[in-house]
Amino acid sequence: MPLTIGCAARPGKARRNLTGSWRVFRPVFRPEECTKCGLCATVCPEGCVIETEEGTFIPDYDYCKGCGLCAEECPAKAIEMVQEEK
Amino acid sequence: MLKITEGSYAVAEAVKLCRPQVIAAYPITPQTHIVEALAEMVANCEIDGEYITVESEFSALSACLGASAAGSRAYSATTSQGLALMFEVCFNMAGLRLPMVMTIANRALGAPLSIWNDHQDTISLRDSGWFQLYAEDNQEATDLHFIAYKVSEDHNVLLPGMVCFDGFILSHTYEPVDMPVQEEVDGYLPPFTPYHRLDAGDPISMGMYATPEYYMEFRYQIQQAMEQAGKTLVAAGKEFSEHFGRDYGSLVEGYRLDGADTALIAMGSVCGTIKDAVDEMRDAGRKVGLLKLRAFRPFPEREIVAALNNVNTVAVLDKNISLGNSGAAGTEVKAALAGSGITVLDYVIGLGGRDVRKRDIARVVDLAEKGEGDMFYGLRTEVL
Repeated sequence: MPLTIGCAARPGKARRNLTGSWRVFRPVFRPEECTKCGLCATVCPEGCVIETEEGTFIPDYDYCKGCGLCAEECPAKAIEMVQEEK
Repeated sequence: MLKITEGSYAVAEAVKLCRPQVIAAYPITPQTHIVEALAEMVANCEIDGEYITVESEFSALSACLGASAAGSRAYSATTSQGLALMFEVCFNMAGLRLPMVMTIANRALGAPLSIWNDHQDTISLRDSGWFQLYAEDNQEATDLHFIAYKVSEDHNVLLPGMVCFDGFILSHTYEPVDMPVQEEVDGYLPPFTPYHRLDAGDPISMGMYATPEYYMEFRYQIQQAMEQAGKTLVAAGKEFSEHFGRDYGSLVEGYRLDGADTALIAMGSVCGTIKDAVDEMRDAGRKVGLLKLRAFRPFPEREIVAALNNVNTVAVLDKNISLGNSGAAGTEVKAALAGSGITVLDYVIGLGGRDVRKRDIARVVDLAEKGEGDMFYGLRTEVL
């Protein structure tokens, strides 16, 4: 994104900011252990956990900041936080 | 037209001629007469603009920030504690690249409380991104306002500027001032054309959040704008001389530097005293001259190096002290002349209204020629 003088910007959508770059730990979802309870999607503060056609869940890594709430709350312990390689 | 007027009224008259659209200020000694006069001009419809009364200097500059962002030519004036209260807004205004001009009637900072003159207030904001001009007399203080608006609003610059003149020494002194008429000023200073403007019909946000991936580049752009401000100040100063006959086409002004062995460097009204002292010393056969710094930001490093090519010793007079180091101009002149072989000595002088007389200037030259410096000059050792 080129700089504008005074950091001025036209109205836009926050979707343009891929906040996934802030992540230190990435949640790795194991669908084979998923009980399809949907708690991960409910607690995600970014709203970036998406239900698949199979009824299991995947994160959107473009926006997931790696807070780890989904892994903490998952009753089946089917989500693991793994350090990002940068 | 030449008229005898108080410095503050001359500044107010100059500001009126710049056609400000929004003035927001809070009265504080020794700036009061400026904003008092401007409030009267607005009340009398001599100025076609708004005067916003505020409860503090923080609000005053915040109102000016908003006015400038909305596309108005904004003005404020303050000093000392008032400027200190504006600290945060000063940095924001420069970062937002919003033009405006603010007059500072330079005054010491507390504690202890002092209403008298030195340069500590503006020097403490040298890193804020505002260009800073220092006036020697009331004519220069008047003229620098026209130049400052022109430079601040130039789309290659877009930085706010401070016109600094010494509290009481200039602000409350009556001097003859050649005040231009409105048509002349209009011919020099065009109406403000904002680069960005807050407009509900065409919305933008200003000063958006910058992550570590972007912040540093924004700071670099401000630094580049400040370097450009130096060039634009020179151009605007030359153009001023074509319109009004008074030359401000340099960020520094040399006085009797030809053949000088020792050069004094100073800013503000003390330069007038120094010129008289230099004349007396020259009459006595001493090879002394003065280099006046008109701009402190951007710092005129190249001009200083060029002007002091042939001197042996430089004595910098600083009406400020960067506590824990030395006077601000002294530090920077030493850096500018590093490796040149010129001896640079710094003298902290005239703090909190302590008078600087011609004989003090002569004593500073005596000390410098003996190699004694980097000191507070004129301390009353009997009270220490």
